[in-house]
This record gives sequence, C-alpha cells and structure tokens, in this order.
Amino acid sequence: MSDPMKIRATMVGDKVEVKVLMSHEMETGQRKDAKGATIPAWFIQNVSATCNGKTVLSAQWGPAVSKNPFLSFRFSGGKPGDKVVIAWTDNHEDKRTDEVTIA
Amino acid sequence: MKALVGALGAMAACAAIAQQPRSPAEEIERYRAAIGEANPAELWEARGEALWKEKRGPKKASLEHCDIGLGPGAVKGAYTVLPKYFADSDKVEDLESRLVTCMVTLQGFTREQARKDPFGGPGKKVPMDALVAYVTAQSRGMKMNVSLDHPKEKEAYELGKRIFFYRAGPHDFGCVTCHGSDNQRIRLQDLPNLTKAADAQRAYDTWPAYRVSQGEVRSMQWRLNDCFRQARFPELEFVSPASIALTTFLAHSANGGTFDGPGMKR
Repeated sequence: MSDPMKIRATMVGDKVEVKVLMSHEMETGQRKDAKGATIPAWFIQNVSATCNGKTVLSAQWGPAVSKNPFLSFRFSGGKPGDKVVIAWTDNHEDKRTDEVTIA
Repeated sequence: MKALVGALGAMAACAAIAQQPRSPAEEIERYRAAIGEANPAELWEARGEALWKEKRGPKKASLEHCDIGLGPGAVKGAYTVLPKYFADSDKVEDLESRLVTCMVTLQGFTREQARKDPFGGPGKKVPMDALVAYVTAQSRGMKMNVSLDHPKEKEAYELGKRIFFYRAGPHDFGCVTCHGSDNQRIRLQDLPNLTKAADAQRAYDTWPAYRVSQGEVRSMQWRLNDCFRQARFPELEFVSPASIALTTFLAHSANGGTFDGPGMKR
C-alpha cells in the first residue's frame, strides 16, 4: 500500500488550481544496484483527475517522471465545495486514489 | 559546418544578452522558488503523523505521550527547545535521541531495535525520518530557543564547541575548516560560516530537509554523520553523546532564528 497523496485545490480567478504531490519510487528500469543487477522499472503509468465525477485530466506517464512527482494543473468549471479526486495506477498494477474539496 | 558554428555562436550571444549570468547560488534559489510549494517532505510529515499515533512495539503503545521537550504529548514548538536535558533519562537529548528513548520506554522496543535503521535509502523507508519530519514541521515559524541553564546542557554545549573546532583525521580537517570563514564552498554548495549567528540560523533552521538529489528527507543526525564522513572523521554514531553535543552547540548558535524546516536542499 502506498502513502497518501498530498492534494491542494484552490480557486485562482474562475479556474481551479490543483497541486498534487505523489509518493512513488519512479524507477526508470535503467539503473543498476550495488551488485550490478538492473533495478526493474516501477513507475506511475496512468493519472486521472475528476471533479464531481467528470474527468478533467487524464495522463499517461512514463519512466522520465521524477521520484515523488509533483503535478500542477488548472481547469475551469469547478467551484468551492466541489470534490476533486486524483487516481494513479503504476506498472505493478498498484493503485492509489485520494480526494480533496476545493477551497 | 562553418555556417552552423556561426549560427550557434550568434544564438549563444543572444542568450547571453537575454540572460544576465547568475551565480550558482542564485540559480539554486530560483529552482527552490520554482518547486518550493511542492516540498516532498510533506509526504514524510504525513507518514510521520500516522506513525506518531500508531500503536507499535511490544507494548502496543503510540508515541502520543512522548515528552520531547514541552511535556508529554506536546509536539507544537517542541523542536525549538531541543536539545535539552531530560530528568528521566538523566542526559541531554536531541530529537532523534529522544524519539529512541520514547520507543524504548513507551513502546517497549530494545534500544538496539529503536536505533537500528536511523536513515532511509533507496527502496527503504524508515520510521525515524518520517517522525523527525512530522515533529519538526510542528515548529515551523517559531523561534529557536535552546537553553543552557542546566549544567549538563552547558557541558554538552562546551563539548560540542570543542568538537566543532577540533581538527583531526588524515586531512587534518575539522568542522571549522569548511564552516569557520565566509564564502567557502564545496563544488556549487555555498557553505555557511557557522561561527556567525546569521549563517548558523539559516543553516540550522532549514534542517531536516528533503534532498532532491537523494529523494529522501534527511535529519540533523544524518547531516552531521555525513559531514564527519566528508571530513574523514571516524563514523559519528547515531544519537551518540558526541552527535548530541555538536547539535547542542549548533542549535544554541542558531537561537533567535525562525525555524523553517523541513527545508529543501539540492
């Protein structure tokens, strides 16, 4: 089980700004350990964000994204009190879903 | 080929006009400002808060009654008075040492178990880093206020001061070699002159910190351990009296500064 995400969602003008910190190793599959063996790739593949059930962001990520990634984006159509849900799936089929209410 | 080189030269010239050269330190500051809101140390803080409240160890107890300086259970602002003398253990303790003590007295771990994994690494998450991040974050924005009223606190301070100025090892290094004068650096890292209050405050107030290059939150104990390694000193044992004495000296030198950790370092 992975650690919770840290999510902030605030109004910036008429848009909602969402900032997400995710806890993930994000191994590229290119690195080797101390014994010279390749460390297997392990990274987040799919990220989605919904606001009141409606998808506002959908992304496919690869191994080039950093460890403990930070994602920031804005969307229109949200208002304070709406619920933003962020979900990711990694290449080990591990999942994590967290939510926040727009402030 | 010549034309290409010429074009590249022209581009470089344009870039030079558009962008005034900055010092490495300014570039690092710019980078920090750009990702400042996204300090991944917050992930450690969240994990640490859960660990603080979790019933662990043979006694199935949480750390919520741990006295880390301001009485049992008080976390807010507690880091600003550390290291300090604790009557129950009859010694001066810093945060990491105090957490070890509480894991032993409250949770029933042996001392060896409690201090077995002091620092995290690739693929290895340890409770200590998370607990340190959580506790220190509760003192953010508060002034450092380390007392030397107790004779043992005074003793630790004097010992720490001696260690700071003590030169030894294959390179005849001491802490003071790198941290005793202005404008020193290791590669791109500007080094604080820890004999000056302003520099000592800026340095102490931003540790522990998330090290971007390592992807880990590093505690003050880790910082000192790695300084000792870089100075080719014998290994500084985790929560040893020497490490606490040095921390006491540094923390007291930073008194009056506003604590701003966990910070973020390159």
